Amino acid sequence: MIDDIKRIGADAPARIAAATTVDELRTVEADLLGKKGELTALKKGMGGLDPEGRKVAGAALNEARESIETALASRRTELEAAERAATVASERLDLTELVDLPERGSLHLVTQTWDRLVDVFIGMGFTVAEGPEVETDWYNFEALNIPAAHPARGMWDTLYVDLGDPETVLLRTHTSPVQIRVMTDGEPPIYAVMPGRVYRRDTADASHMPVFHQIEGLVVDRNISFADLAGTLEAFTSAYFGGSIHSRLRPSYFPFTEPSAEYDINCVFCEGNGCRTCGQTGWLELGGCGMVHPTVLTNVGLDPEEWSGFAFGFGLDRLSLMRHGVDDIREMYTGDVRFLEQFPS
Amino acid sequence: MKVLLSWLQEFAPFPSEDPVALGDVMSDLGMAVESIERIGEGLDGIVTVKVLELRKHPDADKIQLVDVDLGDGEALQICCGATNLTVGDVVPLATLGTTMPDGMEIARRKMRGEWSNGMLCSGRELALGEDHSGIYILDPALALGTPIVEALGITPDVLFDLEINPNRPDAMSVAGVARDLAARLGLPFAIPTPAIDEVAGDAAAIASVDIIDPDLCGLFHLRVIEGIKIEPSPRWIADRLTALGMRPINNVVDASNYVMLELGQPNHTYDLAKVPGGSLRVRWARDGETITTLDGIKRSLTGGRDGVITDATDVPVGIAGVMGGASTEISETTTSVLLECAWWQPMAIARSSKFMGLRSEASARFERGVDPEIVDLAARRLVELLAPSGARLVQGSVTVHGDLPVTPAVRVRAKRVNQLLGTEISTEQIVSLLTPIGFVCEEAGEADVLSVTVPTFRPDTTTETDVIEEIARHFGYSRIVGRAPTSAHTGSLTPIQRDRRIIRQILVGLGIHEAMPLPFLAPGDLARCGLPPEAVTVTNPLAAEESILRTSLRPGLLRAIAYNESHRIDSAALFEIGKSFGVPTAGTTLPDEREHLAVAIAGSDAYAVAKVWAVLSETLGLDGIAIDQSTPPAGLHPGRSGVLVSGGVLVGEIGEIDPGVLDALGIRERVAWLQLDLGAALAEPHGEHRYHPISRYPSSDLDLAFEVSDSVPASTIAAVIREAAGPLLVDLSLFDVFRGHPVPESHRSLAYRLRLQAQDRTLTEEDLSGIQRTVVDGAASAGAVLRG
Repeated sequence: MIDDIKRIGADAPARIAAATTVDELRTVEADLLGKKGELTALKKGMGGLDPEGRKVAGAALNEARESIETALASRRTELEAAERAATVASERLDLTELVDLPERGSLHLVTQTWDRLVDVFIGMGFTVAEGPEVETDWYNFEALNIPAAHPARGMWDTLYVDLGDPETVLLRTHTSPVQIRVMTDGEPPIYAVMPGRVYRRDTADASHMPVFHQIEGLVVDRNISFADLAGTLEAFTSAYFGGSIHSRLRPSYFPFTEPSAEYDINCVFCEGNGCRTCGQTGWLELGGCGMVHPTVLTNVGLDPEEWSGFAFGFGLDRLSLMRHGVDDIREMYTGDVRFLEQFPS
Repeated sequence: MKVLLSWLQEFAPFPSEDPVALGDVMSDLGMAVESIERIGEGLDGIVTVKVLELRKHPDADKIQLVDVDLGDGEALQICCGATNLTVGDVVPLATLGTTMPDGMEIARRKMRGEWSNGMLCSGRELALGEDHSGIYILDPALALGTPIVEALGITPDVLFDLEINPNRPDAMSVAGVARDLAARLGLPFAIPTPAIDEVAGDAAAIASVDIIDPDLCGLFHLRVIEGIKIEPSPRWIADRLTALGMRPINNVVDASNYVMLELGQPNHTYDLAKVPGGSLRVRWARDGETITTLDGIKRSLTGGRDGVITDATDVPVGIAGVMGGASTEISETTTSVLLECAWWQPMAIARSSKFMGLRSEASARFERGVDPEIVDLAARRLVELLAPSGARLVQGSVTVHGDLPVTPAVRVRAKRVNQLLGTEISTEQIVSLLTPIGFVCEEAGEADVLSVTVPTFRPDTTTETDVIEEIARHFGYSRIVGRAPTSAHTGSLTPIQRDRRIIRQILVGLGIHEAMPLPFLAPGDLARCGLPPEAVTVTNPLAAEESILRTSLRPGLLRAIAYNESHRIDSAALFEIGKSFGVPTAGTTLPDEREHLAVAIAGSDAYAVAKVWAVLSETLGLDGIAIDQSTPPAGLHPGRSGVLVSGGVLVGEIGEIDPGVLDALGIRERVAWLQLDLGAALAEPHGEHRYHPISRYPSSDLDLAFEVSDSVPASTIAAVIREAAGPLLVDLSLFDVFRGHPVPESHRSLAYRLRLQAQDRTLTEEDLSGIQRTVVDGAASAGAVLRG
């Protein structure tokens, strides 16, 4: 009997090693250790041995069983790993083999610029105000110190609509009427920006559209000065365009601000060294600004001796075009998907 | 406004060395330099040559071979594209190695196999004008080989092109620009006194004027000039006029223009012989009056809008401040001139010139406001310019006043200056900034308050703030130190602004592109899209396509869909958030302006937008908005569309574009369509998304399929199920829709999965069967029959 046990124990490693699948290994396990297995059969035969023989045989059996179990476990681990590896290998996917991609949409370039600008101004403590696109002459011109027949009206080619008396209702030529509404409807202190769509009687070409977008800013508070205007625009400039881009103000004229200024920034393409885009000047003209004209404050019921403020404004479309190197503004407005999809974010 | 450096230097000793730096100062003063042109520069190497022979190029039709002589008798071959040459002409040649004014270098090169040893130049290539139609033909008497600068007597100069703001009437003249610039640079400024001899006589006996309407004309000054001999102007006058953009005509007209450009006083010269009795009248025009102006055009005048100067017989001889008349024009036979220097009401001239569509150098100055005190100087300067041809000023003058504005002194507080500018400028400094530009500052009797008398050439400056702007301008904007904002104010988006961002992000995530069609429509666009034609129209559109304001986003987005389709981009998915403009509601002036969201998905049926809507409404929490297909909106597919309703209020439309509309627009694919009135839809509180505790007990699913008539919306069945199932229903989904045998005709099977769960226990079989019974009964009440 001891010999049988030893033989089985000696043969087992080869038989276990011969199993090439987990299923085959299970058969080998059953043959050796199962209810009808060889060691089990021998164990049943131990009843005929004397106590001493039984003790010796029992020890031999246990030893053989333990070594077989160890061998089985180790082989099982091997075979399972091999089978998993085979499965995994057969499941290979080429991740560049894409069919039926989910569609990806895009935000309009104007929206992207709009949101970026608004985010910077919100960070600077401004709220965001909006207003109607069709306005009365009062909000668009009169209240802004541009009376009828004022030569400065020539600065805006206005589209009028057939409502009310002739030339009294118009498509707003700038977002400044929103400034009037904010001042009329609310109380200082006012820290607000007003992005929006504006209209001019202009034929579309590579750099003009009859419909485009602006963002204006308005601050009205006590003791607001030109220095605050300069500081605010400088802070905005570096926040939006990057720390190496600075601003400068040059004297200008607008009926609704005084002193008035042009707002220039270092050319973002050459960082002020001079290039074709900036006409070798190193500067880009961005927009206009100034201290809110006392007449405008009076028009909205504010005492210019008590309150002062500044306003600024610039075009939004050009910033979109500049950021992405688009050379024709009309491209933004055809709705051509081949254009829109180029700017996912 | 263009100015020459040499001309500026007649008023102050400006340095010549660095025109760019000088230009920077002008820009910093608010006279923005648009360009700087160096006259006479870049012409080295260009010499006079004579054309010896013209030959055909053997291999090119548009080039001829020109043999020229540089004065050494040798023939030098040049290839030339111009055809205005004849043998014997003296012309400019850019010799080899020359760098042209535009930077081009002239090298020996072959043109179609023939050598060209230089380039013959046009006027534009020499930067002497705009003419590029042919080669610049020179005086045949010129010695050959002479440098062109010498041959033409060109004096090197610098031409600045300045952008002058409307509030700078003073800068509409060379002298005015010089004054501003000299003040900033601390240079002495003076307008030279004209040196003229007057002839005995009495202008007042020869000429007279009657101002009928004093609200039109503030001042009318007349002078008489004798000894006029019409001839071309001296070269230097003609050159300066040309440089500043005016065409030389004759000595009298040129002198008149010269004085306007130099001193800013537009003036008019009448042939005295053509003005009966030398008498003029000034009044508003009358309707129906006409006048033929100097440009030979007969113009109709409008009563009360245009001003006229008439002769003694009341016949118009000029349009006030805009343009003179042809009947009294200077001609070859003129011997005496009646000179008018006037001050016209700026608003009157602005209106007249705008509505007549006639802008002149004169009107541009009058409408900004000219200096009423410069008329005598202007007259004398004009005579000084004409004196070399024998002209003499007759003693005496006629000056008649109308309504001239009175400009009281302005009270300027130093404290206010610094408060508004954020500076610490002393009162003394203010005085030293204002004095050089002609402002007279006096003590106002209070500490640090000045009484500032504004010069007559600055009619724009009437208030303290106007003066503060001048102080800032001459102090230098760049010297005002920016104060970094230290705002205690908080910025934020409004709820609608936040919702818009959410909507856009969702739609982009669903694969839809944002478009921005123009809000203008052409007549017929609304009807073509199945929409009512009532709309607000544009009074003065540039094109018919831009004559109507949209009442819906539908036409614009469909046009974009059609555009894409026609460029082989099928199945475009677009959205827009924008305004529509309804006809004003009763009692209002402005249009019924509403912000809409619209989604158009080509190549998809109505389900595509219904799914978009499901995602949008769930994200925004717009549970109160329902789809009602009982009355499909006009222009949408009747069987596949409905309106979106919130508490009985119409807030949108959803479905598919009517095939008839698609046909009319030439769109092949189906187009799924959604439009939502954002203001109305988002008016009610929404999107709170309250927390529902998640139960720790197991859930159970109940699958139920019903046969439902096509006339009953699935949303009705879902609502009935929710109602019947009660609070134990945690999720309801429609997982199958089936039409066909054995489901009866005009019916479909709707299969729902109900997930049921309690917060406090595991549901029992009895719970489930009880709910099933209630749900089946409830569904039955809505006409849904449980399938076996």
